[in-house]
Amino acid sequence: MIHNGVEDEEKWLAAGITGLQQNAFYMHRALDSNNLKDALKYSAQMLSELRTSRLSPQKYYELYMRAFDELRKLEIFFKEETKRGCSVVELYELVQHAGNILPRLYLLCTVGCVYIKSKEAPAKDILKDLVEMCRGIQHPLRGLFLRSYLSQVSRDKLPDIGSEYEGDADTVMDAVEFVLQNFTEMNKLWVRMQHQGPAREKEKRERERSELRDLVGKNLHVLSQIEGVDLDMYRETVLPRILEQVVNCKDEIAQYYLMDCIIQVFPDEYHLQTLETLLGAFPQLQPSVDIKTVLSRLMERLSNYAGSSPEVLPEFLQVEAFAKLSNAIGKVIEAQEEMAVDGVVALYSSLLTFTLQVHTERLDYVDQILGACVSKLSGKGKIVDGKARKQIVALLSAPLEKYKDIDTALKLSNYPRVMEHLDDGTKREMANVIIQNIMKNKTCISTSDKVEALFELIKGLISDLDENPELDEEDFQEEQNSVARLIQMLHNDDPEEMLKIICSVKKHILTGGPKRLPFTVPPLIFNALKLVRRLQNQDENIAEDESSATPKKIFQILNQIIETLSNIPVSELAMRLYLQCAEAADDCDLEPVAYEFFTQAYLLYEEEISDSKAQITAIHLIIGTLQKMHVFGVENRDTLTHKATGYSAKLLKKPDQCRAVYACSHLFWVDEQDNIRDGERVLLCLKRALRIANAAQQMSNATRGSSGSVMLFIEILNKYLYFFEKGVPQVTVASIQSLIELITTEMQSENTTRDPIADAFFASTLRYIQFQKDKGGAVGEKYEAIKT
Amino acid sequence: MVLVLALGDLHIPHRAPDLPAKFRSMLVPGKIQHIICTGNLCIKEVHDYLKTLCPDLHIARGEYDEEIRYPETKILTIGQFKLGICHGHQVIPCGDLDSLAMLQRQLDVDILVTGHTHQFTAYKHEAGVVINPGSATGAYSSITYDANPSFVLMDIDGPRVVVYVYELIDGEVKVDKIDFKKRTTTPH
Repeated sequence: MIHNGVEDEEKWLAAGITGLQQNAFYMHRALDSNNLKDALKYSAQMLSELRTSRLSPQKYYELYMRAFDELRKLEIFFKEETKRGCSVVELYELVQHAGNILPRLYLLCTVGCVYIKSKEAPAKDILKDLVEMCRGIQHPLRGLFLRSYLSQVSRDKLPDIGSEYEGDADTVMDAVEFVLQNFTEMNKLWVRMQHQGPAREKEKRERERSELRDLVGKNLHVLSQIEGVDLDMYRETVLPRILEQVVNCKDEIAQYYLMDCIIQVFPDEYHLQTLETLLGAFPQLQPSVDIKTVLSRLMERLSNYAGSSPEVLPEFLQVEAFAKLSNAIGKVIEAQEEMAVDGVVALYSSLLTFTLQVHTERLDYVDQILGACVSKLSGKGKIVDGKARKQIVALLSAPLEKYKDIDTALKLSNYPRVMEHLDDGTKREMANVIIQNIMKNKTCISTSDKVEALFELIKGLISDLDENPELDEEDFQEEQNSVARLIQMLHNDDPEEMLKIICSVKKHILTGGPKRLPFTVPPLIFNALKLVRRLQNQDENIAEDESSATPKKIFQILNQIIETLSNIPVSELAMRLYLQCAEAADDCDLEPVAYEFFTQAYLLYEEEISDSKAQITAIHLIIGTLQKMHVFGVENRDTLTHKATGYSAKLLKKPDQCRAVYACSHLFWVDEQDNIRDGERVLLCLKRALRIANAAQQMSNATRGSSGSVMLFIEILNKYLYFFEKGVPQVTVASIQSLIELITTEMQSENTTRDPIADAFFASTLRYIQFQKDKGGAVGEKYEAIKT
Repeated sequence: MVLVLALGDLHIPHRAPDLPAKFRSMLVPGKIQHIICTGNLCIKEVHDYLKTLCPDLHIARGEYDEEIRYPETKILTIGQFKLGICHGHQVIPCGDLDSLAMLQRQLDVDILVTGHTHQFTAYKHEAGVVINPGSATGAYSSITYDANPSFVLMDIDGPRVVVYVYELIDGEVKVDKIDFKKRTTTPH
């Protein structure tokens, strides 16, 4: 059976633990019987287990922890021993008789602690002695753990300010010196690990090293906890010494970890006050160190610090944090020639976040950062790397999120320049982010200049760019619909400026091509119609100037815009918009304009709308709109109504013809308009509708062998009743009477197809007649004549 | 008790960017049993949004709807009431009560819900009730100037229906309440 490494290790660990426990047992017995000599002997043997080189850091740690616990008991024993009269100096000498160096040093550290506590000698001397002695172990793993032990047991015995071990003068310095020295030595051991063993185990070694890194970093933590390390000492001694070690070790893993460690363990205000020194180290690090992550974390911390309280902001200004960070980033990018684009952008992105937090008002800083980014991107063309693209989107999104106002972003001259480096897909993505930001914050874009700048930013959505990617149909629609929404956000109360805005938008969206126009034209049309409505009550005389906003002028523009649609062609949409404009022109009393729009709508109907279902909807819209118009003189109105009835009678299916024709009757009798009261023609329409209904019946007879439904007759009956009630003299009781009889006969005829819907309709119509009769008064009297 | 939301003529994104935020926060999923929509949504996104409020969604086609499969009219029965939906651009003259009443007779419904005018109205007449929920976004209309956003909530309970009208006036939601009782059908 083949043992693999892990199993072997388990075995060795188990053996180590057994050995350790055995000796610990004897040690305990010696301790219980106050046998110092035996206690030392067995503790040394117990500690010998730590001499193994076979364990990985993790397993070694397990063993170490057991030894650590045993050593605590030994320490208590030593303490009691000194109380019993044994001199601590003697003990300190005695433990040095242990045969092996590693157990000897562990014991020495343990006694050293008791020694410091006894205060028989200054703490600083003992610590110095211990830290020097530990040099005896040069094996990285064993050395790291031994020194870690020293660091741990000495933590509460440092001659710090206010500590009971504080000496006469300047002893904080000794404490610092001790920790720094231990740190330096540990780091050296840690770095040396990298260079031991075969090259093929590099990966494994790096993994093991990263498992050990906290032992080294712990020293920095201890330093940060020392009371006496104030800003001055940090600036003068602690930071320079740490950085010296970090830079000089020239080890990628150590540099990355320790720089990060410095940033995390020391207070933010220290960083702020020593920014120059700290930042100065970055360009000196190995080129392979992931500086951008560390630096980003520093900026993130500083941003949070700035956000913690407005009172700290002056500190940032005082130390010129922005300039320093900005400068350092430039240098790092220069020093690390191989830094990928995403790294570069990530750095600027962090700086931007920092700036937005600290210097909220300084748009120039923001622009400066974008500018610096542009210059680093220049010559690199479009950025296609996925990570870098994401970073750029993050960079450009940050100011939008901060200011919640696109206006601010539009002031940043370098903003569009950064966007230029995006590929078309990402440009579109960014444009979507911008639009969403506007929608979310309900930002109103109020000048044509801003509209211009905005459309420049979102041009990826407005027209086809260089590349022509196959875009998913649904995504495309969604994007174009957001552009349409955006157009709703463009507004100015001043009609002149609003007209300018409309013209700008028009210019841009007309470049969109046939696929986009159906989405972007309608919102623009309605935007313009809203402006027309604002102007329609204005005195025409005031605004006769060529350049000024008048309804007439806007209608000209509207005409041009809709024309682009009819060329695509999306005739049905164009026709609806023409009718919409005609109504608006009607409101403005502009007869020729309204007539022109109607003409355009008619032309589309005649030439482009051929689908019979579309024709039905279109004809009803035409009739419905025309019915409402009041601006037309007799001649124009006649032409238009004549055409409309003509179209109606030419629909494909008889029932559709019939319905359109009876709808036309409303064109000749309008309640609100005294001049449109032509009962003759109302009746003509209704009679014509009846004829068509008859024809439909006959056709049904001929083709299906049975009459169709009487539905159409009932509908016409209802129209008769409508006009009867309105007082159209030509619609008589007799005509209604005969129609009712006709329907009744038809319904009873065996030839007729039964139609419950028609039955219900007829019943409710008769019920209505009865209801009107019951009303009494003039209406009731009128209806009384109708026999049901 | 059944809650029916009636709304229409949103005209998104042609005439309005979105439903008013105040309405959006009022309309939450799970409270409404049916939605009646008079059309002109105009895009699928709005359709999907309404579906999230209540999956039982009934739409009649407006002239600007991109979805052409919506029917011109739709009839459904809720409790004791028969309801008809139609956008209303087919009704000439637009918004004319007598013409709407004719449509109601034709569909043989107790409650007719139509849109198109962007103006909330509720009429009780011979054959029942005609309701127009107005435009939920207060969209531009050639018929109604300065339309306020509005929608209608119908509380149908046995033979009674209480119509609540929510109207957004100067940024404030105003609620009005109208009571209707089902006509008692007299045997012929």
